[in-house]
Amino acid sequence: MSDHKTMTLTLIVWRQKGPSDPGKFETYAAKNITEHHSFLEMLDCVNEDMILEGKEPIVFDHDCREGICGMCSQVVNGLPHGGQDRTTVCQLHMRKFKDGDTIYIEPWRARAFPIIKDLVVDRAALDTIIQAGGYTSCHTGGVPDANSILIPKPIAEEATDAAECIGCGACVAGCPNGAAMLFTGAKVSQLAILPQGKAEAAARVTAMTTAMTECGFGNCTNHYECQASCPKGINVKFIARMNREFLKAQFA
Amino acid sequence: MQLLSSSIGRKILMAVTGQVMILFALVHLIGNTTIFGWLHGGINAYAEHLHALPPLVWAFRLFMLAAVSIHIWFGIQLTLENSGGRPKQYAVKSTQKVTFASENMIWSGLLILAFIVYHLLHFTMKLIPGTALVTDAEGTVNVLTMVVSSFQNVFVCAIYAGAMVALFLHLTHGIQSSSQTIGCSNDRTLPVIVRAGTLVALAFLVGYITIPLSIFAGFLKG
Ligand code: SF4
Ligand code: FES
Repeated sequence: MSDHKTMTLTLIVWRQKGPSDPGKFETYAAKNITEHHSFLEMLDCVNEDMILEGKEPIVFDHDCREGICGMCSQVVNGLPHGGQDRTTVCQLHMRKFKDGDTIYIEPWRARAFPIIKDLVVDRAALDTIIQAGGYTSCHTGGVPDANSILIPKPIAEEATDAAECIGCGACVAGCPNGAAMLFTGAKVSQLAILPQGKAEAAARVTAMTTAMTECGFGNCTNHYECQASCPKGINVKFIARMNREFLKAQFA
Repeated sequence: MQLLSSSIGRKILMAVTGQVMILFALVHLIGNTTIFGWLHGGINAYAEHLHALPPLVWAFRLFMLAAVSIHIWFGIQLTLENSGGRPKQYAVKSTQKVTFASENMIWSGLLILAFIVYHLLHFTMKLIPGTALVTDAEGTVNVLTMVVSSFQNVFVCAIYAGAMVALFLHLTHGIQSSSQTIGCSNDRTLPVIVRAGTLVALAFLVGYITIPLSIFAGFLKG
């Protein structure tokens, strides 16, 4: 067993009572934190103390806590998910910090993601993009039939790379323009790469990118901040692919 | 029309018009180097050949005007739309990929626009006071004298040099960004395009700036 050295950290957390509250930063002490705590467990400790003191705990989104659901969403010291390569904030551990550190915790900030409370934002806009065309409606048959369409391994891998997106919205939060091109690019590509998705590719890219703009996401200026922010390492090549799909759709 | 209204469509128009301007800048640079005398008759002969067919000159000018206008129109429009994309900035400003050039495209672009206006007034319309205009018997202005005398002035040199730095910044981001927007990059090619784009931008900077500087330093005489 490792030793039980603990740390004390200063948290500067965005608190906002509701969508129309202007909100402000509050400072808290996180005490008795070990390096084995995950970032969210550290917040749990702070919240437990606050509940005992009769204060309103910090509200944040989370679900799986194992980096697969895409619910956790915090900007830690200016970086979505804390900036550790390919890591969601629930998988960020306190060993990345040291005793006495000051940590800023903020919600995703983007025009298309209104704040609901504290660190929780409304990411329904991402669902709107999916609803606009992020599916196939062609008949793919029963389970045994699925293998009747042979897909070469590299193509299957490429589609799976795009499908790794967990829809967390960190790409939007990291983008200075609040654009959702990495998310939409991944969702357009995962289908456009495969034969089953090609049939509706043109209609899909048009509908999804239109929904993207209507939801209030900004225009991509190719900073590539999204790829750096993405906990799944989704590559900006899928944005280029979506741009190609868009161009093709113009002539379809 | 999706091209004129959608986010990606308008960006594609900006990318293509930007690339047209880069091609123009390349041809323009090659033409400028005639001042070093590799073409028989130097820059005066080049200027004469260039304007030999007025209808063609005007067709080309209108084409460039259209490209520039589209680029500026959508550039300003998309930038304004983006200005509220993140309604409140983070308390800790920390970025991983954003560069000075990528963040300031609108400002480098507007500087280049201001320079193009000045440059047209200067050498095309010849309206900037203090420009030496020596004409021959047929009334043709001696381009070499005009250029050389202009760049003996330190302020004129500084304006041109400053504008070329703005162009350099604009292109370091613009070349890779435009190829990504038209879908011409993937994970293998993008890093190469980024580096190649910076090299091309540097080549433009050095190429363009050499002329005023060598005149100012006295290496190139009228
Ligand atoms: S692309 Fe990455 S950052 Fe964006 S929503 Fe998907 S997983 Fe999250
Ligand atoms: S809580 Fe599910 S990915 Fe973080």
